[in-house]
Amino acid sequence: MWENIKDFASTFFVTGDPLIYGADVSIVLTIIAILFVLTKYKKWGWLWREWLTTVDHKRIGIMYLIASLLMLFRGGVDALLMRVQLAFPNVEFLHSDHYNAIFTTHGTIMILFMAMPMMFALFNMVVPLQLGARDVAYPFLNALSFWLFMLGAMLFNLSFVIGGSPDAGWLSYPPLSQNEFSPGPGQNFYIWGIQISGIGSLATGINFIVTILKMRAPGMKLSKMPLFSWSVLSSCIMIIFAFPILTVTLALLFLDRFAGAHFFTMDGGGNPMMYLNLIWMWGHPEVYIVVVPAFGIFSEIVATFSRKKIFGYKSMVWAMMIIAVVSFFTWAHHFFTMGTSASVIAFFAISTMIVGIPTGVKVFNWLFTMYRGRISFKQPMLWTIAFIPCFVIGGATGVMLAVAPADYQYHNSYFLVAHFHQVLIGGVVFGYLAGIYYWWPKLFGFKLDEKLGKWGFWFWNIGFYVCFMPQYALGFMGMTRRYYTYGWDRGWADLNLVSTVGAFMMGIGFIFQVWQIAYSIKHGERDTTGDPWNGRTLEWSIPSPAPFYNFAVVPQVKELDDWWETKEAKANGTYKEQPAKLEPIHMPKNSGIPFIMSNFWFLVGFGFTFGWVWMAVIGFIGVFACMWARSFQYDTDYYVPVEEVRRTEASLGRVV
Amino acid sequence: MAQHQNHGGHHSHGSMKEYVIGFILSIVLTIIPLVLVMNPILSKTATVISILVMAVLQFVIQLVFFMHIREGEKPRYNVQTLILGLVIVFTIVAGSLWIMLFNKY
Ligand code: HEM
Ligand SMILES: [Cu+2]
Repeated sequence: MWENIKDFASTFFVTGDPLIYGADVSIVLTIIAILFVLTKYKKWGWLWREWLTTVDHKRIGIMYLIASLLMLFRGGVDALLMRVQLAFPNVEFLHSDHYNAIFTTHGTIMILFMAMPMMFALFNMVVPLQLGARDVAYPFLNALSFWLFMLGAMLFNLSFVIGGSPDAGWLSYPPLSQNEFSPGPGQNFYIWGIQISGIGSLATGINFIVTILKMRAPGMKLSKMPLFSWSVLSSCIMIIFAFPILTVTLALLFLDRFAGAHFFTMDGGGNPMMYLNLIWMWGHPEVYIVVVPAFGIFSEIVATFSRKKIFGYKSMVWAMMIIAVVSFFTWAHHFFTMGTSASVIAFFAISTMIVGIPTGVKVFNWLFTMYRGRISFKQPMLWTIAFIPCFVIGGATGVMLAVAPADYQYHNSYFLVAHFHQVLIGGVVFGYLAGIYYWWPKLFGFKLDEKLGKWGFWFWNIGFYVCFMPQYALGFMGMTRRYYTYGWDRGWADLNLVSTVGAFMMGIGFIFQVWQIAYSIKHGERDTTGDPWNGRTLEWSIPSPAPFYNFAVVPQVKELDDWWETKEAKANGTYKEQPAKLEPIHMPKNSGIPFIMSNFWFLVGFGFTFGWVWMAVIGFIGVFACMWARSFQYDTDYYVPVEEVRRTEASLGRVV
Repeated sequence: MAQHQNHGGHHSHGSMKEYVIGFILSIVLTIIPLVLVMNPILSKTATVISILVMAVLQFVIQLVFFMHIREGEKPRYNVQTLILGLVIVFTIVAGSLWIMLFNKY
């Protein structure tokens, strides 16, 4: 009996590595600490009522933000571990297996569990406010999306201490990811973690498309919608068409592994290359899914901090919509070297270069907006300005990669690694950070400290170039990606050391930002006006932090940049006060079902991961029970009485 | 929320008759390919083609009788999305064939 348990535990838990034991201890300690604090201060009820069951888009946004910052930390630690291993030749810090697991989890986490939720955090924090709406179109579904993401991410992260991490790369190409080469639960964690959170992403895509098309304040025609909301629309269109491809592809891979099917196997008529083909049909749109909202953020920030209307609004909208469609026609550039006909290669090389055009248009529009503007270099603007050259270089190296014959040299070298980090860090991460700095006061009611923020900013920026510029050169010198060690004779030592130094600088930048948040909670400049940056769009017309119903009176929109025009009119004395009449506000009720249902999904995933079908069946039964229960809930909404609205507004310093 | 407010006075989504017709048509379209496969009366190519034709018809039936593609307010976002969706589905299938068939030779 005892022997059996010991046997089971030694395969179930990951053992044998001091780093992992350290992590185990810290995980257990953190959990005990959290449980202790919640119990001691009697916060369980509060946690349940205010957070776990909330359907308020702002709170969901905050939870996404916290989760994504935690994941940025985990992914960042992975990155630093890899850089330590590569800092010198012949380092024996990580074993090859461990290294494989770390680059796999790093990539997967950064794209799917860091960039995606940080993007959803911004969608949730901003879009309804910007549209003059009181919530998203489907608040319940929104909560479900979040919890599915969260439980999917937790399932994936669990692989670190239980069962073993996936180690076949962030896209898990077969045949390596098949049973034959990746036995054990690691790959299954990968599949189910992504599947479960993927359902959530798809639902968010639908939710925000409907919100944008149906819930805009009266008078806000699509042609008067702020550019960030446009970028969200573009991104969500890509989500609803790309994510189903991912779901199907991973489902087929799962069938290969679980049921012995032959979709991507080497024998029985399967074709592993088909997997590459399918996964990149999602993968390429995915990189645009995450970067287009960053474009939207920059557009808002550039206009606000240059005190000018955005240059070329219409061309910005067209550029984003064209990207949304053209990004579905470039996927094969990720496997030019697979070998296919010349016409295929020519088609995909040209289509890839074509996506660069709308992106270039946007860059010029930002520059023209800044031209002759009265620019103020606050944190959001700093990140925006840093983004432009960084992204231009990333785009240019992208076009180099798109030159198919040359790609035979670059493909899967450090040149490629440098390219995608340049667009993902310089574009996506800088963009989201800019957005977080910009909209932070609206959510929390205070600004993030400028001084600490600037330290963080410079560490990130200089660190970025120090880390990744050498990697372009290393690529040319023949260093391919996913090497776990190399010898002195290669001549790569100096540049790798420089690169590692840069990585640690970015790590320091991140620490400054955490410090900045902690410091600003106490000492940050309070935002009493609701409009700390002299903003242009509707979200700045309401108090900070925004009340739970957002707008006491639904605004009437007349112009693009309506809030700016209102302020101008007030200053000129041409503003006509509209008699605002308070009415009871219709709001959705909280619900525990999203949280419970997602936990059942977790059981499904965990069961399939270990091949415990009984557990998966229990999970599915729970999921259906939750759906059943929800379909018979009729009491899902309520009205906030006028008196309460008046009281809330008064407490925020506003008379209505 | 807005979608709740719209609920009152909404036109009904289709009639009983429509649903029954749709149901019968989709069952018929399911039985035909089944019969063709169980009793191979046609050549292999002809069978495959007829299955594909039935599938497309099935898709149209679903859209018309159950998804109410003909109804809806203007602008017809549902139709626009459907068209883009079809373009992308076409790209997925045709693109995959184009790329992958090369490796067969
Ligand atoms: C003008 C814009 C761009 C062009 C022309 C371009 C082109 C390319 C090409 C041709 C490759 C494949 C190279 C190879 O495997 O040898 C590639 C890889 C990649 N690109 Fe870009 N790209 C552009 C923008 C972006 C953006 C905006 C992102 C993300 C936000 C991005 C993320 C990636 C990633 C993640 C990979 C590598 C994935 C992997 O192999 O694991 N790219 N790019
Ligand atoms: Cu791509």
